[in-house]
Amino acid sequence: MATDQALYGLDKLDLGPAQDRGRSRLARRAWAATWPKLLALVLVFAIWEIVHLTGWKPYVFKGPGEVLPELWHLLANGQIPAAVGVTMERAVIGYLVALLVGSVIGLFVARIPPLRAAIGSIITGLQTMPSIAWYPLAIILFTQGEAAIVFVMIMGAAPSIANGIITGVDYTPPLLLRAGRTMGLRGVNLYRYLVIPASLPAFVAGLKQGWAFAWRSLMAGELVVSIVGPPGLGVLLNSDQSQSDFAGVTAVIIVILIIGVVVDMLFSKADTTLRRRRGLLDPSATS
Amino acid sequence: MSLRANELTPPVSLPGASAAPAVQLTEVSKAYRTGGSDLLALDRVSLTVRDGEFVCIIGASGCGKSTLLNLVAGLDKPTAGQVDTGSRRVGLMFQEPALFPWLTAGRNVELALRARGVPKATRRVQVDELIAAVRLTGFADKRPHELSGGMRQRVALARALAQDADVLLMDEPFGALDAMTRDLLHDEIERISADRTLTVLFVTHNVREAARLGDRVVVLSSRPGRVIEEYAVPRLGPRRIDSPEVAKLAATLTDRLREEMGRHGN
Repeated sequence: MATDQALYGLDKLDLGPAQDRGRSRLARRAWAATWPKLLALVLVFAIWEIVHLTGWKPYVFKGPGEVLPELWHLLANGQIPAAVGVTMERAVIGYLVALLVGSVIGLFVARIPPLRAAIGSIITGLQTMPSIAWYPLAIILFTQGEAAIVFVMIMGAAPSIANGIITGVDYTPPLLLRAGRTMGLRGVNLYRYLVIPASLPAFVAGLKQGWAFAWRSLMAGELVVSIVGPPGLGVLLNSDQSQSDFAGVTAVIIVILIIGVVVDMLFSKADTTLRRRRGLLDPSATS
Repeated sequence: MSLRANELTPPVSLPGASAAPAVQLTEVSKAYRTGGSDLLALDRVSLTVRDGEFVCIIGASGCGKSTLLNLVAGLDKPTAGQVDTGSRRVGLMFQEPALFPWLTAGRNVELALRARGVPKATRRVQVDELIAAVRLTGFADKRPHELSGGMRQRVALARALAQDADVLLMDEPFGALDAMTRDLLHDEIERISADRTLTVLFVTHNVREAARLGDRVVVLSSRPGRVIEEYAVPRLGPRRIDSPEVAKLAATLTDRLREEMGRHGN
């Protein structure tokens, strides 16, 4: 029939030519995303070396020429890998507990209006609390040890995670809710098939922010709380500081930075993948 | 060509159509509370739609078109009067496709099947069949944002059909589409509603669209919404948006609507 033909033709015209998703294009995009980062890194090391060459604080301040071999040394003798293992184990445990607590609180607050009126603004207020300020209370409650650190990580990360969920539920488009109800989605099914998937981008944003808070709380905790057992990155920082070991402290800081950047990249990747799938991303934008 | 409904003898019932009307509105009123005062959206609207009939509802702003559809869909309750659709299933389509952006076209359709408890094994077959019915075979794996506006609206139609609706309520479904796409979709909705003997209640503010599609065109007044006129449109053969009969009825509808709008201008 004429209508079919016209319709198929129009569909083809509307969709435009197929997009080039070749390997070379992918490589080019990867390079476009990488070279500015490499350039920035080179610049940082150059400035560092220049400051070192000016002879500022000659007995304390070391250049990259001494710090990088020290970093390599600490990596090779297993001190940093062991510390990273200890710290990351705490990070994962603390973050998972915060994730659970934050999600449950977020879902309840999003669902129950009186609860939101009661503690909605407290949750936002908690986010502004510097994590280090929790430690005196945490140490009194849990004494010196890992429990105190996990407690502060929860206080830091759970509000962000809860807020992500609340925002996501709030911003579920009313039109989609209407469509879902027309379809017969009610109660648990409405949440399972509509509200939760619709909230996912906001939830991931909350997870990312929550991670940043958890990581800061953890680093502060390892510096402030004394723990019996193998040293984490914070303990390594502390002992290097007491020995005025500039190279050692800087090497550990570099490791902490790298971990932060890598985890942040993972969250960003999840975020852009989600948004690209939903057509929320400008296709011309590089990420 | 077009005749006022009240000048006609009672409509001949379609073969196979049951005696009870598909949609029966009896003296339906709907008021909303806004800032202390009541806003009357619909005022004693009575409307009878036969099984398999294609009824277009037209009116200027504030005629309560969307309120009317919400009542028939059961998303809202009337302040007074009765809405009766018997045991018929009612599907609803909006101006925006309202597809779930995280699901592919096929999954969007499948979710409607899942929501009414269709077992997994039959779902796949039905999705293929529905996607084919809206002529989107091969596009089931695309996400909504990868499709054009007209294609998205066809996925929304497939989803509405997946609700196994006997009655399809359409709220300006082609309002946001360009004229060429809309013209093709008129052919499509006409074919699909005939193939499936759907009862369609089609709200629009486009007089030509109403004249092109309806077996009957109902004109509503504004603030409050009231049925002020009905035009039966005999189906003498294939219609086109640019055929003289359609143009003639469209002109009549425009005049009637302007008369109604002028009443508010005084």
